[in-house]
Amino acid sequence: MKDAKIIRLTVNGREREVGALPNETLLESLRGLGYFEVKSGCEKGDCGACAVLLDGEAVDSCLLLTWTVEGASITTVSGLGSVDEPHPLHKAFIDRGAAQCGYCTPGLIIAAKSMFDNDTREPSEDDMRLALSGNLCRCTGYTKVFDAIDEAARIMRERG
Amino acid sequence: MSDSAITPRAGANVDFRQVGKPLPRIDAPGKAHGKTRYAGDYVMPNMLHAKVLRSPEASARLTRIDASKARALPGVACVLTHVELPDRMAPTDIPGQTGRKRLDTDQQILVRERVRYHGEPLALVAAESAAIAEKAMDLIAFDLEPLPGVYSVEDALAPGAPVVQGADNIVSTYKVRKGDVQAGFAAADTIIENTYHTQFIEHAFLEPEVGLAWVDENEVINIRMSTQVIEHFRFIAEAVGVPHNKVRILGSLVGGGFGGKEDITVEIYLALLARATGRPVRLCYTREDSFFGHGKRHPFSITHRTGFTRDGKITALQVDMTADAGAYVFLSPYVLLYATVASPGPYRVDNLHVDARAVATNNMYTSAFRGFGAAQACVAHEQQMDEAAKALGIDPLELRRRNFLRTGDPIATGVPIESAVWSDECMTRAWDALGERSEERGPIRIGRGVAAYQQSYGRITWLHDTSEAWVGVEMDGTVVVRSGVTDIGAGQVSALAQIAAELLGVGLTDVTVYNSDSATTPLAGTTTATRALYMTGNAVRLAAEAVRGRLLDRAARAFGVETNAVDMADSVVFVRDRPQTCMSLTDLVATCASEGIHRSELVMFRAPFTDGIDAETGQGRVHPDYAYGAQAVEVAVDTETGEVSVLKCIGAHDVGQAINPDAVEGQIEGGTSQGLGYALSEELIYENGKLVTPSFSEYLIPTAMDMPRVQSIILESRSGVGPFGAKGIGEPSLTPVAPAIANAVADAIGVRIADLPITPEKVVKALASAGRGP
Repeated sequence: MKDAKIIRLTVNGREREVGALPNETLLESLRGLGYFEVKSGCEKGDCGACAVLLDGEAVDSCLLLTWTVEGASITTVSGLGSVDEPHPLHKAFIDRGAAQCGYCTPGLIIAAKSMFDNDTREPSEDDMRLALSGNLCRCTGYTKVFDAIDEAARIMRERG
Repeated sequence: MSDSAITPRAGANVDFRQVGKPLPRIDAPGKAHGKTRYAGDYVMPNMLHAKVLRSPEASARLTRIDASKARALPGVACVLTHVELPDRMAPTDIPGQTGRKRLDTDQQILVRERVRYHGEPLALVAAESAAIAEKAMDLIAFDLEPLPGVYSVEDALAPGAPVVQGADNIVSTYKVRKGDVQAGFAAADTIIENTYHTQFIEHAFLEPEVGLAWVDENEVINIRMSTQVIEHFRFIAEAVGVPHNKVRILGSLVGGGFGGKEDITVEIYLALLARATGRPVRLCYTREDSFFGHGKRHPFSITHRTGFTRDGKITALQVDMTADAGAYVFLSPYVLLYATVASPGPYRVDNLHVDARAVATNNMYTSAFRGFGAAQACVAHEQQMDEAAKALGIDPLELRRRNFLRTGDPIATGVPIESAVWSDECMTRAWDALGERSEERGPIRIGRGVAAYQQSYGRITWLHDTSEAWVGVEMDGTVVVRSGVTDIGAGQVSALAQIAAELLGVGLTDVTVYNSDSATTPLAGTTTATRALYMTGNAVRLAAEAVRGRLLDRAARAFGVETNAVDMADSVVFVRDRPQTCMSLTDLVATCASEGIHRSELVMFRAPFTDGIDAETGQGRVHPDYAYGAQAVEVAVDTETGEVSVLKCIGAHDVGQAINPDAVEGQIEGGTSQGLGYALSEELIYENGKLVTPSFSEYLIPTAMDMPRVQSIILESRSGVGPFGAKGIGEPSLTPVAPAIANAVADAIGVRIADLPITPEKVVKALASAGRGP
């Protein structure tokens, strides 16, 4: 591929290399590598379906050019835990019925994880709403998403 | 809030082991862990990427289209314009398995000569990459000669107006002539007349339209699709010119539908390109494509003229409604019919006169959207009830109470309602749950509103709707359900699993559902019209009951008791009175297998079949049954900025029987958010037919900042025609929300804003013109 450059990334703890064109977005690169859990909803940074953790911060991967994140550590929703060892957010989203069509769910979980990591483990209602404000969901009305995050916060507090 | 303390349920689910329990859905783990594969997540070797070139004009004549430069671009495999297409049309009528006559509503696949709406497809490109396809689109030369268009229903109905297509701009009409409205108005003490307007609305599912097509060694066109309707395969075959059995649609779990994936979207384009190139082709809409690429919710203007006695009884109702159908027919006639049937709301109106019309314009075509005409009808009848209450000096809830239908009363079409009508109980409970009124501070005014509705579930009965399902028990005692039903996110598939688990005495995770493949799963019809649970749930119930019956017969023989003395639970079969007399399901299945006793069943469930209604009076059966419920909200209106915040939001619905209460709450919460957007922020704006809001930064759906925690009150009359007495909740959950909010705003500021959405600008203007500024 003309103009393509090899970019090294760590994705969910694994070293990966991707041949990226200068205008290729991180969203395109991640999906090209098979991380289909990173969803494309608008490619304009409006919907948050493509959110991943970039060195621990939630970002819209559609807004980042892959060339600009050389060497970065990326975490997708599947990097937070497995079916056998789920993250409390996975478990709470399942148990509280927080996913309907599920297309926005990976982005919502990433946004919530970023909030837990960076703000507080006891999010107020306002913390939670602000953290999710960049993630559109058309199915749930957010109520069960809020319930799930409350539940995950409780599980995490109990675990200490 | 989903606290069970505030979600009282009539009728404890004492007899059920699986049904009625708020179990995690079987699709939940895949979705939470990011393992679910949607249609856009499939790729194939040697795959091409497709794009659709759209008209930048809304009304024009295509005088030239030249793709030679695009075809010459390296990496372009195929460009199709109308010149290369077969002389065929794309059917746009109601889809599915019915053999009944369709409307004459076809659309050109690509523009031949006449462009009728902004974004109508001109050409298709398939290339080695999406970027090359994009570049090729820029190289397609075309000339469009603008033609006069009609961009509002008023323009379209004006004498001498340009005709969008056919003989005139009237797409469809319906009327109701019931009782004697003149006598009814003569008997009235007060007559109230108002007009209400609704706007174009976008579905805004998060997963844009997407599909992947390939032609296999048997010349079958396979299309893996995000769709609500796999049974479009017939229409697709007709459009492409192949037999019905040479098109296969494989659905995936769908990333949201809401009616927007009920019509054909990218299927025909994919089929044509895959056939033309002999290679797999993927077409994934951008968000902007999606705004242009599927029909919208109809804007309606609805005038209600209602006669009341002094004590609030409706004596007569005259309704006039006009819907903007846009440039092609699609499902407009059906939406109009639903709006007509729903026009009086959940009230007994013996003297009813309705005139309804859908009008063609050069706006985007309008079609199915959750609520399907009944949502627009509710916006009108519920605001009208509040206006009447104000004029009559009667409490708005009390006025409704005096007019609610009761079981056995005739609805708008003259047919008696057979199931429970728990409108009053739903409304009262929702209202009571609002609790203490929030405090008014500074420029903030608090208001409360309520709305009740009647919404059909199941398809029109003269479509002769059917649904099939197959249920079987494997040798290890696990259960398989096969059914063509699509799952668009509401838990359609999980509900089927829950029903099968209930009847076959296994756990929910012991059931696997194979669904949504037109080649291998029995055809179940569409996931539309709040029919999936009603129709396919019944098919699964009947199939599972048949298998259960044979298994229990064999077990009863082994135990030496009557069949009705035997039960099954936790994968064990036992004598109900002596549970120690038992055997494992696995052993029973092994016995049945060795004796050739059939462990599976294929069932077709049939809805009631009727002929059409009387065209002159609108009287006759239209739907299998109706759902009833109510919404109560409290809003805060900032009289300085005009901003409306919804503080409390309670949906109370009689769902008949909740198969999975968590999933029902999910529908109520999600329907509420779509209704909130409908009321306050969402509007597709077409300026002279051109869409100027094709993104999520211009078309504003509710975010986590906008939504209160929705409270659900689930009532269970067990009176519905669905499995175990279920009704439906998919569409009903949305229908009363916008008018409840509109009523709350009017309550807060003392002025009614009769045009949705109620934006801050409209609030400020309304306050200023009423002399009630801050």
